[in-house]
Order: sequence, then C-alpha cells, then structure tokens
Amino acid sequence: MENLNLILPEIFISLSIMFLLTLGVFKKDSSKITFNLSLFVILITGIITINETFSVTRETLFNESIIIDHMSSLMKIITLIGGFLVLVISSSYLKIFKIYNIEYPILILSSILGMMIMISSNDLIVFYMGLELQSLALYVLATYNRDQLKSSEAGLKYFVLSALSSGLLLYGCSLVYGFSGSTNFDIISNQLSSNEYVLTFGIVFILVGLAFKISAVPFHMWAPDVYEGSPTTVTLFFTIVPKVAALTVFIRFLYVPFLNLIDQWQMIVVFLSIASMVFGAVAAIGQTNLKRLVAYSSIGHIGYTLAGLATASNEGIQSSITYISIYVVMNLALFSCLLMLRRKDQYYEDIDDLSGLSKNHPLLSLCLLLILFSLAGIPPLAGFFAKFYVFKAVLEQSMYFLAIVGLLSTVVAAFYYLRIIKIIYFDKEKDKYDTDHSLWLKFSLTFSTILILFYFIFPSQLVEVVSRINII
Amino acid sequence: MNFPILSSLILLPTVGALFLFFIKEKEGNNATIKYVALFTTVVNFLISIYLWVVFDQSTSNFQFIEDRIWIKGFINYKVGIDGISILFIILTTFITPLCIISVNNSVKNRLRDFLIAILIMESFMIGVFSALDLVVFYLFFEAGLIPMFLIIGIWGGARRVYSAFKFFLYTLLGSVLMLVAIISIYWITGTTDVVKLYEVGIDVKYQNLLWLAFFSSFAVKTPMWPVHTWLPDAHVEAPTAGSVLLAAILLKMAGYGFIRFSLGLFPEASEIFTPLIYVLSVIAIIFTSLIALMQEDMKKLIAYSSVAHMGFVTLGIFTLKQQGIEGSIIQMISHGLVSAALFLTVGVVYDRMHSRLISTYGGLVSVIPKYSILFMVFALASLGLPGTSGFIGEFLILMGAFKDNFLVAVVASLGVILGAAYMLWLYKRVVFGKLINEDLKKIVDLNRSEYFILSCLAGPILFYGFYPDPLINTIEVSVTDLINMYETSLASK
Repeated sequence: MENLNLILPEIFISLSIMFLLTLGVFKKDSSKITFNLSLFVILITGIITINETFSVTRETLFNESIIIDHMSSLMKIITLIGGFLVLVISSSYLKIFKIYNIEYPILILSSILGMMIMISSNDLIVFYMGLELQSLALYVLATYNRDQLKSSEAGLKYFVLSALSSGLLLYGCSLVYGFSGSTNFDIISNQLSSNEYVLTFGIVFILVGLAFKISAVPFHMWAPDVYEGSPTTVTLFFTIVPKVAALTVFIRFLYVPFLNLIDQWQMIVVFLSIASMVFGAVAAIGQTNLKRLVAYSSIGHIGYTLAGLATASNEGIQSSITYISIYVVMNLALFSCLLMLRRKDQYYEDIDDLSGLSKNHPLLSLCLLLILFSLAGIPPLAGFFAKFYVFKAVLEQSMYFLAIVGLLSTVVAAFYYLRIIKIIYFDKEKDKYDTDHSLWLKFSLTFSTILILFYFIFPSQLVEVVSRINII
Repeated sequence: MNFPILSSLILLPTVGALFLFFIKEKEGNNATIKYVALFTTVVNFLISIYLWVVFDQSTSNFQFIEDRIWIKGFINYKVGIDGISILFIILTTFITPLCIISVNNSVKNRLRDFLIAILIMESFMIGVFSALDLVVFYLFFEAGLIPMFLIIGIWGGARRVYSAFKFFLYTLLGSVLMLVAIISIYWITGTTDVVKLYEVGIDVKYQNLLWLAFFSSFAVKTPMWPVHTWLPDAHVEAPTAGSVLLAAILLKMAGYGFIRFSLGLFPEASEIFTPLIYVLSVIAIIFTSLIALMQEDMKKLIAYSSVAHMGFVTLGIFTLKQQGIEGSIIQMISHGLVSAALFLTVGVVYDRMHSRLISTYGGLVSVIPKYSILFMVFALASLGLPGTSGFIGEFLILMGAFKDNFLVAVVASLGVILGAAYMLWLYKRVVFGKLINEDLKKIVDLNRSEYFILSCLAGPILFYGFYPDPLINTIEVSVTDLINMYETSLASK
C-alpha cells in the first residue's frame, strides 16, 4: 500500500477545486466566498505540505513516478506562499476591472495543482500532465480581462507559443523514451550514457521546451507581450509561481535523467544563462512600460538562476533555489508597489507615472528604492546575497567567464533600475495616487520589503533550509 | 574587551537615522532633526576618540576584534582595527558632524532625508575601515553607493542626474571584479578572513589576476588616471556636504584598500605592478594638476586637485618604504581635512552668491577678511606649505619615492610646484585683486557656525603640521609590521 499521506496536499487541493466548482454552480454571487475559501485551501495545503513532507528525505510513490524530497517540498511551499499572496492582493484589482469572479481563484488553484504535480514528478508522463494542467489554467488567466484587447492578445500569444513549446517538449520526451525504453527518470538516468546524436536532439528539445517555460533567452519572445497584456495580478503570478515550478523541473531533468550527459547540456545551459543575463539587462533599458520592464528584468534574473544550474554541482543547485526564493520575494514586493499606483479606479503602469513619487508618497518610494536596489544586487539588500551565492557556486567550478559576464551584466542592469529610481526621486512630482489600499496589499509590501532589507542580519536560515537539497 | 565597541560605532549612526525616520518632516522640526543627527555623530566622535585613547600603540595586532558567525560555515562577521584603520575611523567621525552643521543653507528641501542618508553613509564608511573580512568589507564598500547616489541625485546641482549615474556605474563596474576576486580567494584559500589570509598567504600564480581585480575597484574609487573622470562631475554636482564626504572619506577607502589588501594579500603582485602604479600616479599628479590650472569652476579645480593628491598617495603606498606609506596615510588624513575645508569654503561663498565660477569673485579680502584668512590656511595646506599637515604627507611620500626611484620622485616633485601654482592662482583670483563685481559688496562674512566648522578643520591641519607625532606614533608599528610581512613574503619566494 502506498503512503498516500505524501500526496495529501495534491489530493486535498484537487478535491477542493471540485468542491469550489460545484459551489459556484449552485450558489449565486459566490465569488467572495470562493476567494476566501481558496485562500483557506492554500493555507491548509501549505500546512499539510509542511507536516507531511517537509522532513521526508526521499520517498517515491506509484511505481516511482512521484517523488517527494527536500527540493519538492521546499518548492511546493514557495509555490503555495506565492499563490496565496498573489490571490490575496488580487481582489481589489479584480473588483475595479469587474472581473471578480469565481473562476479566478479556481484557475489559480488548478495551476498551483499542476505545478505541484510538476514539482513532484519523477516520470515523463506525470511531468507532462502537470505541465499541461498548469499551462491550460494559465492561458485562461492571461486572457482573464477579456474585454481588453491586449489581454486577449496576450492569452492567444501565450497559448500558441506555449503549445508549440509543449510540442517540442513532447517530441524530446518521445526521443528520450525511445532511447531509454522507460519514462521513469531514474531508469532513464541509468540507461542513458551513450553519445548518440539523436539522443542529444532529444535533450535539446526538452531543454528548449523548458527554457520556453522559464522564458530564458532565446525563447523569451512571448514574455514581454504576455506580461504587458495580462492583468497585473496575473502578471505577478506569471513572474513568480510558474517559474519556481518550471525551474524545479529544469533541475530535476538536468540532474536526474540527464546526469550522465553533463557534457552534452552544460554548454547549452551556460549559453542560455549568458544570453538571458545579457539580453535581459540590455533590452530592459529602452522600456517605458513597467510591466514590460519587469518582463525583461525577470529574463535577466532567470539567467542568474541558470548560471547556478550550469555548474553541475549541489552548491549550484542550492544557490539557484536560494536565488529564486529571494527573487519571488522581490517580485512580490515590486508588484505590490505597482498595484498601489492607482488613481480613481485607474491603474498606471508607465515608468513616467512614477515621476516624483517620493514627494507625495515617501514610504512607498522608500520601499521601491529598496526593492530596486535589491533587484540590482547592491549590498546589503537581499538581492545581493542571491547573486553572491550563485557566483560563489559558479566560481567554485572555475567558470570565470560566466561569472564575469554575469557580474558585468549586473552593472548594465543596474542602469535601468537606477533610471526608475531617478524618476521616482529626482524628477518633478505628478498628482497624488489613492492611498486607500487593501490591508493585504499593504501587508504584502511591508512584509516583503522587511525581508529584503533585513535579510542580511540572518542570512544563514535560508541557506540552511536550502542546503538540505542534495540532488547529485 | 567584551563590549562590542566597534559594532556600536558602526551601528550608532544607523540608529540615529532610524530615530530621524520617525520624526515628522515639517518646517518646525528642522532644528530637532538637525540636533538629533548632530548629537548622534558627536557621540560617535567621542566614542572613536575614546577608542584612540585606549588603543594600544605598541602592537600591530588587530584590536577590539569582534568575530561572530554570520553565514554558517562561510563568512564570519569580523571587525577590528589596527593603527592604520583607527585614524580613518576618527577622520570619518570627525568630518561627519561638521558636514551636518554645514547643511544649514545648502540643503533647502528634505532635510530629514538628507541627514538620514549622511548618517547611514557614516555607518558604512566606518564599516569599511573596520572590516576584517573581505566579504564584510565588500558589503560596506558597495553599500555606500546607495546613499551617495541619492545625495548627489536628489540634492545636487543642475547636471546631478548625469553625475549620479556616472558615479554609481563607474564604481559598481570597478567593484564587481573585486567581488569575483573575493569569491575566488575563498575558493583558493578557504577563508575570507583577512587576518588568516595574512598568515596563510595566497599562491603566487593567482596573485596577479586577483591584484588586478582589486586594483580595478580601488583605481576607480581613488580615483586614478584615467578612470578619474567621474570625480569632477560628482564633486561639482553634489551638495557641499556630499562633496565633503566624497573627498574627505570616500576616496580614502581606496587608499586604505590598497594598503590593507593589495599590499597585505598580494605582495608578489604588488611588486610586479609597482611600475604601473608609479606611471599612473605620476600622470595623475602632473596631468590633473595641469587640468586644475585651467579650471574656471572652483569646485572642479578642487576636485582635480584631489585627483593629484591621491596620485601622491598611491605613489607613496607603493614605494613600500616606511616613510612612503606613513606619508601616504598622513597625506590621506590631511587631504581629508583640507579638501573638506576647501569644499566648505567654496560652499560658503556659493551659498551667498550662487556661483562657483572663479570669475564671479575677486577682491574678497576687502569685504570678508575672516573668510580670506581661513581660506588662505587651507590653500597653503593644500599646496603643502611647511607647518601644515599637507607638508608632512607630501614630504614623507617624496622621501620614500627618492629612496625607491629617483626619476619618479623628481617628476612627482614637479607636481608639488604645479600644486602651488593652481592653488595660489585660485586664491589670488578669488581673494585678491580689485572688487569688480558689484554684488560682492553686500556679501557677509562667516557666520558663527561656518566660523566654527572652518576653525575646527584649521586646528588639526596646523597642529599636525607642526606636531605630527601623535599620528605617526599611531601608525608606526602597524606600517613597520606591514612592510616586514611584505619583505618576508617576497624573500621567501
């Protein structure tokens, strides 16, 4: 008998989704109650995850197609925290656009479910199932504000390109299956050791598909458009939660089935990393829309996480996971600020709208200042430590080129972050924004800013949690 | 010594800044805000003086060491001071209160934020001078960019945005390579603790690249020719207090870094690259002195003179002679006082006339005599007249240089003459001559606080000019030990 407790979180969340759907059918005007119940569901799921899986070193289920280990439980918790906070700060935004419906929390829940399955997958088929579940929910979320042309465009674009990448991914999976004769990661890992060309194709296809999901250069083209077009809260969701899941799968693929083929994929990951860091930094300079800018900056940040992965060491994986955790907090903080740029039911998302913000809203500007410096990686803020761990791991493997290119691109990236700070602090002020924000929004901003600012006092805690993850 | 005195020195300004943060900013509170800031910094100054009193001058070991685990198994938060760093800490705690007194007129809006930035800056600067771990050092070194960027950008002059960006990006570009080097040192030796690294030493085959990486950061910060171009911009646009901090303390971080890290950690590489430093220093001395001669803007002139003076400093450090290094340290302290004073004197007339152009002035001596006298003291100290602290530094540096390389010393001595030329010419054009500009007739002499600040600066300049023993006694053992360590590690190879 399998120990079903280990996948209790997934079971619970899927039952809740069904229940909420039924509730939506039978009860009129149930959006508020659905929202609150969904939050509750995520909370409970989080608690179950911590209780049941946090101390599990490594367990497998269902013919080893599901794996529970330190990485999966940590990443699930990050996913759930991210999902919770996104949902909690969404409601006021959705109400203004009159899209405060029951579907929104349910879609978020189902994409979270998909991601949790992805994170735990140890099998090509389970992985693909999770991936599609989350993608389908995300397509709908992207176009959620369907009365706006841009939102529909974003959804369609995302759908077409994402379907293409899923196709590539599937093709790669089938090639790998053809060579190994199994869909199980562990068995694949034992079977693959040859240097056959066609197998390399399989790996490349899979990597391309995954690179698309985490929007690494050169498979990033969808990100700016989709981020700009989607409702801001959904953009926030896009920039953090699916990335965490996709990154976990990326790690799992590289270090379980393809572990013996490091020579084949290492160059690819290094390339993806360098391209993303450099391109993310350079392309963001010309942006005028904040959401587009965030898109490019998130491309850059993905580059840094990939730099950690490229090292082929446990240190590197741990540093990438640390990076993505800190990145989640920073992005959450940044978007909380964006959601505060509201004047008479109208949200502003151009960089120029921030002009002179520090005169009218000193506290908000101070938070933005800290967040932006942190994103730029200036000590003593959390963003610096994230980069520091990554480059520490990179330099351990003597990959000097990667480290130097990465650090130089932080200088370029610093330029566009500084430009926003300049606009906030040095330019002429505009009209005041409304200040009647929901308590949750204020909470998430304060909470994440405090984390960013004071991370340097207790840096060991996060390192300790992450250092339990030993994949290789 | 159990009480974490250095950490409290570092933290106290930040705590003061935190207090300020909770005081509401409005017209009536400005006095309170200023007094809180002033009180914090004065207390900090007194603590640092106490530190100097109880400091044991007979040993070169680091004192008041604090060592705690910070990132488990990787970095310890380690601070401590020796004879070299204590002087810089006192310089910092001495200059900052003067800066705060001086903001009377120059900063019109957002006084509270300005003082918060200055206080946080002070914390970081003290941190830089007391850090005994490379990562901790880097953290403080880089973190200082944030407040300085804001000080230049928010309260600066017309081209402040350009200058702030240039300052930030130049410095950041230099320092990221240092970060690579620091992490590499960790992987090569297994520690970033400076004291342990002094004992262990770093393998010669890595030293050259590491030295260059550190150099790239310090050269920008010093600033050395040809990466000095950010300095005139930053100085000119920064508000007076910002320029003072920049010239008096920030530039010294690099000189301190050269002594503590480049010489201490990479002796072989330092030996190899000494000619490079000599050439760059001499170019800086001659070239920027010539540029300074041609300036029409007073602040720019002083900024270029700073580059020239820092050229002397780097020259002195790499002579690797007792006199040279001691001279460099004294020159840095002296330049800290003198350049601060000069920027403040420029600030005084700028507040009244809103012009920094030399051509605006002339004949000041007949309207504001007190000002002219103090200005003269500082100008003479800047050109290194015997009897001022500037002389001691330059003289010792040149002595060290003559011992090491005759040609370099001769060329550098020319710089002294050029220094006298631009400083005296500046003084002549501003203070002497006929009073042509009608507006100048209404100009008022120093008020009480300005008089107080400038006398505070003139005091030590003259005192240490005649009696430099307290300074030299403090640094002597540490410098001797540093040179011994350097020589032994060269000899053993």
